[in-house]
Amino acid sequence: MSDAAAPGIARAAVAGDARLPDGRWRPLEAAFWLLPVIGYFAFPDYRVLGSQILITGLFAVSLDLILGYAGIVSLGHAAFYGIGAYTAGLLAVHGWHEPISGLAAAAAVAAVAGYLVSFLVVRGSDLTRLMVTLGIGLMLFEAANKASSITGGVDGLSGVTISRILGVWDFDLGGRTAFVYALVVVFLVFLLVRRLVASPLGLSLRGIREGGKRMPAIGAPVAKRLRTIFTIAAALAGVAGGLIAQTTQFVGIDGLSFQRSAELLIMLVLGGAGRLYGGLVGAAVFMVAQDYLSGINPVYWQFWLGFFLVLVVLFARGGILGGLDTLRARLRGAKR
Amino acid sequence: MIGSVIGVLFDGLAYGSLLFIIAVGLSVTLGLMNFVNLAHGALAMVGGYVGVVAMTHFGVPFLATLPIAFVASALVGIVLERTLYQRLYRSSPLDQVLFSIGLVFISIAVATWIFGSSQQPVNLPPYLQGQVHILIHDFGVYRIFLIAVVALVTLGLHYILEHTRFGSRVRASVDNPVAAAGLGINVNRVFALTFALGSGLAGLGGALGIEVLGLDPNFPLKYMVYFLLVVSVGGTGTIKGPLVAALILGVFDVAGKYYVPEVGGFVIYALMVVLLILFPAGLYGRRT
Repeated sequence: MSDAAAPGIARAAVAGDARLPDGRWRPLEAAFWLLPVIGYFAFPDYRVLGSQILITGLFAVSLDLILGYAGIVSLGHAAFYGIGAYTAGLLAVHGWHEPISGLAAAAAVAAVAGYLVSFLVVRGSDLTRLMVTLGIGLMLFEAANKASSITGGVDGLSGVTISRILGVWDFDLGGRTAFVYALVVVFLVFLLVRRLVASPLGLSLRGIREGGKRMPAIGAPVAKRLRTIFTIAAALAGVAGGLIAQTTQFVGIDGLSFQRSAELLIMLVLGGAGRLYGGLVGAAVFMVAQDYLSGINPVYWQFWLGFFLVLVVLFARGGILGGLDTLRARLRGAKR
Repeated sequence: MIGSVIGVLFDGLAYGSLLFIIAVGLSVTLGLMNFVNLAHGALAMVGGYVGVVAMTHFGVPFLATLPIAFVASALVGIVLERTLYQRLYRSSPLDQVLFSIGLVFISIAVATWIFGSSQQPVNLPPYLQGQVHILIHDFGVYRIFLIAVVALVTLGLHYILEHTRFGSRVRASVDNPVAAAGLGINVNRVFALTFALGSGLAGLGGALGIEVLGLDPNFPLKYMVYFLLVVSVGGTGTIKGPLVAALILGVFDVAGKYYVPEVGGFVIYALMVVLLILFPAGLYGRRT
């Protein structure tokens, strides 16, 4: 954690950048968001994978809010993703086919669940938090598993039909609409997150992460802040879940599984926790690697997954983006 | 009715004592050394597979496989501790979680690669099979054996921790590593030996538990929650805490699956969340 500690400060120092953090867009950021647009035209065969990467990236960003910014380790974030997915899926199965309101409903239900859970999570130490989030995730998984008459159990929920977006664009088999829809939603939510982490709320969260015991001394309501961000993160995870249900037109129970929560943590750490783009980069690298390696042999994939995880923890704190920052600092140092 | 209650209680106790013997090592690393080790189940799995291989490939009798499993897991544990774990004692819980999840995934992949993904069979010797009728109920002989072994191990453990020089060193190192080191105790070595002992007990539990818990490559993930639960509900600093917690969990889990199979594992997870909220420091936790 300590490496990812104050990315903004570290980065400013690295770049020799005397500017105060502002909301302006850097050229690199604009270039980053051009990538999916280019990908859409350059790799038409990979649009389905592309939309899943975007959605998973959003999911990882939502975890980053509580893990990277607020410092709460959650092993059950998939619970809210699953809630969002089932909300959107069940609405569509039972006759409400309109996608955007379905997404809003997914966010709302996940937010309510997140708000309720947040009271349990805010209490207690790291270990208790870990166990409570893990327990709640497992409870929901069991509940969905046993309530197979509603959720379809292990077979998943199929028959999710979504009507045209805004009455114009229909979901097609090639995933064109799904990709653009996912990209637009993810981008809009990302704008919100980008604003959020630069807001006083975002700054006070970083303060809590760095020194939770000192924050009350400057009058910050720690528990309330943590509840707020936990609820927001849950809502965003719900949006991601709703998106995946609508674009794949299927809800699998594995969306609620521990494996899902664990993979998400891995993506985020791989990309770099506590950085706006960490989740997106991590999800992209992770899912491309998964697509490639598990195509060879699923068992190998699990092995390499574990192996890289151990390596990242031992040698590469800060993930890919952290590594890039260090590299950039070295290059600049060499130039001088 | 009475019969089924006694049966459930008895099976629950046997199951709980297995959980205890596997998790007691975790209670040291997690509870006392504050290391969130999600990979503890992998060490139990090592013991299980070593036991199975010794029995089926080398014809070692069942009772003799138990110490072999203990030693094998203890060795694996000490190697892991010296090479990897000790680097992370001071890391954040997040790093420890990620690291140990990584180990879990590796162990699952390796076990699948070597042994395949199927359940491993265990051939109990005839004298441990069947049932004995005591007063009003038929009790499984193997489960009686299980409870007896665990009771013996627990007494031994209690003796080691409370009445030997090694035990007092462990307690001192855990209470205050700096002061203990200042008194000339080699804290690193004490931690390594403790880790090995815990790993060995997990391996013993894994080998003992094949009949009850089953053994397949997903073992570390499947029972991870149970082991964590025993420790976080039991609290740290005593043997009694995890023991009581393991027995409660065992009984509730068996009862839940027997009486309300339609909710299944839900009972145990709900119990966990409730207990954690009511007793944030565990049932017998030390207030810090």
